[in-house]
Amino acid sequence: MMIKLTGGKVYDPANKVDGEVRDIYVADGRIIVPAPEARVDEEYDLKGRVVMAGAIDPHTHIGGGKVTIARMLLPEDHAKDEVAHTELTRAGTGHACPSTLVTGYRYAEMGYTACFEPAMLPANARQAHLEMGDTPLVDKGAFAMLGSDDFMLRQLAQKHDFSLVKDYIAWTMHASQAIAVKVVNPGGISAFKFNQRKLDLDEKHAYYGITPRDIIVTLARGLLELGVTHPLHIHGCNLGIPGNVETTLATIRAAEGLPIHLTHIQFHSYGVGGDRHFDSGAVRIAELLKQNPNVSIDVGQVLFGATCTASGDSMRQYNGAKNADPKRWVVMDIECDAGCGVVPFRYRDKSYVHALMWAIGLETFLLCEDPWRIFLTTDHPNGAPFYTYPHLIRLLMDRSFRKDMMQKVHPDALKNSTLPSLEREYSLYEIAIMTRAGPARSLGLKDRGHLGVGACADITVYADDADREAMFKTPKLVFKNGELVVRDGRVVKVVQGATHVARPEYDKAIEKPLKDYFDSYHTMRMENFKLSDEEIIEGGRGEIIVQPTKARVS
Amino acid sequence: MSAQSDGLGVGAASELYQNVTCPFCGLLCDDLEISRTGSALKVVKNGCPRSAAGFERALPAAKPLVDGKEVSLEAAIAAAAARIKAAKLPLYGGMATDVDGARAVLSLADRSCGVVDHALSEGQYRNIKVVQTSGWITSTLTETRNRADLIVIVGSDVHKLHGRFFERIVCARQSMFDDVVKKRTVIFIGEGLDTSAATGPRVGEVITLSCPNTRLTELLGVISARVRGAHLEATRTAEPKRGLLSSLLPHSWTASTPSEEIAGVKLSAVDAVVEKIKAAHYGVMVWSPPGLNFPQADLAVHLICEIVKELNVTTRSAGLSLGGNEGSPSAASVATWQTGYPLRISYANGKPEYDSYRYSIGRMIAQNEGDLLLWLASFTTDLGPPATRIPTVVLGTPGLRLAKQPAVFIPVGTPGIDHAGIMIRCDNVVSLPMKNLGRSQLPPAADVLAAIEKAL
Repeated sequence: MMIKLTGGKVYDPANKVDGEVRDIYVADGRIIVPAPEARVDEEYDLKGRVVMAGAIDPHTHIGGGKVTIARMLLPEDHAKDEVAHTELTRAGTGHACPSTLVTGYRYAEMGYTACFEPAMLPANARQAHLEMGDTPLVDKGAFAMLGSDDFMLRQLAQKHDFSLVKDYIAWTMHASQAIAVKVVNPGGISAFKFNQRKLDLDEKHAYYGITPRDIIVTLARGLLELGVTHPLHIHGCNLGIPGNVETTLATIRAAEGLPIHLTHIQFHSYGVGGDRHFDSGAVRIAELLKQNPNVSIDVGQVLFGATCTASGDSMRQYNGAKNADPKRWVVMDIECDAGCGVVPFRYRDKSYVHALMWAIGLETFLLCEDPWRIFLTTDHPNGAPFYTYPHLIRLLMDRSFRKDMMQKVHPDALKNSTLPSLEREYSLYEIAIMTRAGPARSLGLKDRGHLGVGACADITVYADDADREAMFKTPKLVFKNGELVVRDGRVVKVVQGATHVARPEYDKAIEKPLKDYFDSYHTMRMENFKLSDEEIIEGGRGEIIVQPTKARVS
Repeated sequence: MSAQSDGLGVGAASELYQNVTCPFCGLLCDDLEISRTGSALKVVKNGCPRSAAGFERALPAAKPLVDGKEVSLEAAIAAAAARIKAAKLPLYGGMATDVDGARAVLSLADRSCGVVDHALSEGQYRNIKVVQTSGWITSTLTETRNRADLIVIVGSDVHKLHGRFFERIVCARQSMFDDVVKKRTVIFIGEGLDTSAATGPRVGEVITLSCPNTRLTELLGVISARVRGAHLEATRTAEPKRGLLSSLLPHSWTASTPSEEIAGVKLSAVDAVVEKIKAAHYGVMVWSPPGLNFPQADLAVHLICEIVKELNVTTRSAGLSLGGNEGSPSAASVATWQTGYPLRISYANGKPEYDSYRYSIGRMIAQNEGDLLLWLASFTTDLGPPATRIPTVVLGTPGLRLAKQPAVFIPVGTPGIDHAGIMIRCDNVVSLPMKNLGRSQLPPAADVLAAIEKAL
């Protein structure tokens, strides 16, 4: 069957198409050039509509143990947002940490067709994939968390041969079915287990004697040499601490030109200036980013309201637990592998600190000139639930709306940030880069995030509404793999997305020491630690797409 | 799909399986070696009494039954579907299954506007109530095995409930940190706990504070107070002041008990234990929810977790809940990720509605709520449905104890024996693949439930 999308204004930055009126043809789930005699089976008149590839969220906590702890923690938060089943869709609940099914429906209803879980603990990988398997309509993928796991820290402490370290990184990606690697508070989750309450970039882990800098450089270089497309995804040291902008700047310098991605950078951009000793570091970060094209970021924008923070960073989450609202929280030490912390939180616009966090996020968006290196995230659900993206897009695209919103927040916060002076408005083209083309390129999704011939037909069609929030909230049409799945912001068909993975080369000989290690110390056999393809896709749960990696260097 | 327990499943007449995961308790030990001859299984290596009983049980022949009469599987599925269709409020209980089984129960309950709960929820809710009111700091099996320098077993006969916990976790031969954690102290708090397994080169001092479980909350209250540095004398008045301590000490710690004892334990012994707990680098407090079988035991879990939280102000400590038998963590986790609520959910209004009291299926059955019970028990034969007057559809392992003839009985396979699957361990972090050991051709419960849903 061939579908024709006729006459829409197309924003496809990967192919340098900026609002041109174009027809798009789709067959067998792909965007095609039709044969001259080919018959159009279905045509959609998109005159005046805006057409983009399906949106991609490169950092959203949608699957795995900590998300399910967050779900369990706050029944009253779900009770406000219960969703009944329909003929097509299952029942579930929403708000801060929506159930898996509602997550899939709502992402699709917002024009998203792919979501990436950024903090998959290898020990918990099977469950993370089970949860993502129950998240319909969107493609999925996950980043394996390394850098506080005993095996790697031991390798570094004992100065193992670098090729062995790379073998271990690659093995872990295979075993946990990951597309990328993330490091969270490098070494700090482990250090917290040894009762260290803080671990700065050059501070030594009490047991292993290595520093976060060692870990970051090792992982970043390892991934580069393994040919993994997405650079090391870094949740840095000192999250949330005033003055941590210095750590973030030092982390950028520590990379020494290696490709890195700094995630939810808003939480790492705090200075100690001003009367309250808490001000914005966004200007300094943006300056250094300009000089370091090896660095990409996502923002982790804070938006006001109740949410629940869920992170692998047990050290910082334990510290933040004193601000839990409501007063209940969970922290875990996990399998000598990682940890997690789940702390409910309420961002209030009348709070100086929260308003400043909001302002810093927006400053970061507006100061970073290269939209290819900055991605739109709230670090769902940490800064805000993902449903707030349309509101965030309007804040970026609509200066007068932004100024209106500034009237509502704590006025002192604006004095300690440059936000009031920033006049920039994002264009639709830039939004398309930040939410489609950029994440796809960064993650190495070959045929996603663009509308060129051969691309997967994940397509979102919007009304060109001057109210950008309304526009991005309720797409007119969403196609997943060439099938119409959402019309006027409601799911009309439920399909399963794919799971994207990357499989860099490694020497299978690593399994010998690994097996000894598992048998000696773990409560799980190495053979059972590894997650098979069948476990992910059984029961009609989509397919696995292995994204290409470059040839391994040594 | 056929539902016969006789006849071989897959593969050769005999086979040896390695790295087998045992589904018969929440630890999900995955290092078993099992041999199969025909449909007879034998635990060759790394078993325990519970796993031997589970794997080696002779599987009786079983056929689908409707009103006691043998029928085809298709007819039984049709009969089950007809009953569900006719029911106003079907109850989906038992839920002793793997992840796919739990998924299928939720899907069917959602479609048929029923209530879901697990047979062992009473125990699980001792924990869930704490998570949903104050939260906790917890550990996992590997973390505890390698890092604990002190383990406190609270009120649960862990060795009896989880036959290999001591061997694998407490007394493990090697640890990642042998250079810093040489010996571990093991403290038992409770009455009649089997301490015999706390032995070997890894174990240092073993201490027991003997206290009946009915008074455990009192004792934990005092430990909590002492960990906080509270002076108990302050509460020793004839009329206890209203406050944290007095509410935790319902009837004993008053001027009328001037002896230096609490719940039968000398205060000096309590203090000695408190000093050790405070001095530990990673003290882990372990309990098994089914062991805390007394009214309002969630308060005991709460106190354990508050002690742990207090310890973390200065050192590191964590709780570790065991339990998790009969697939209960799988059921609770799947329900939580699919609905936002752990269990005890009603879909009667089309939406998931959560009430840990109202939608307890045990309570609903006792009070004649609901008009059909679908009971799923695919592991042990002990987990028969509760006595009830409402008609029952049972999906069970052959040999399941049934007090009366159910309206429909469909034999189903055991995950990890008759078919493959995935289950979630008691620490709610690790999930494990379950192997098909080729014992029979009994269908997975998930397949039967999906067929029932299709027939609605």
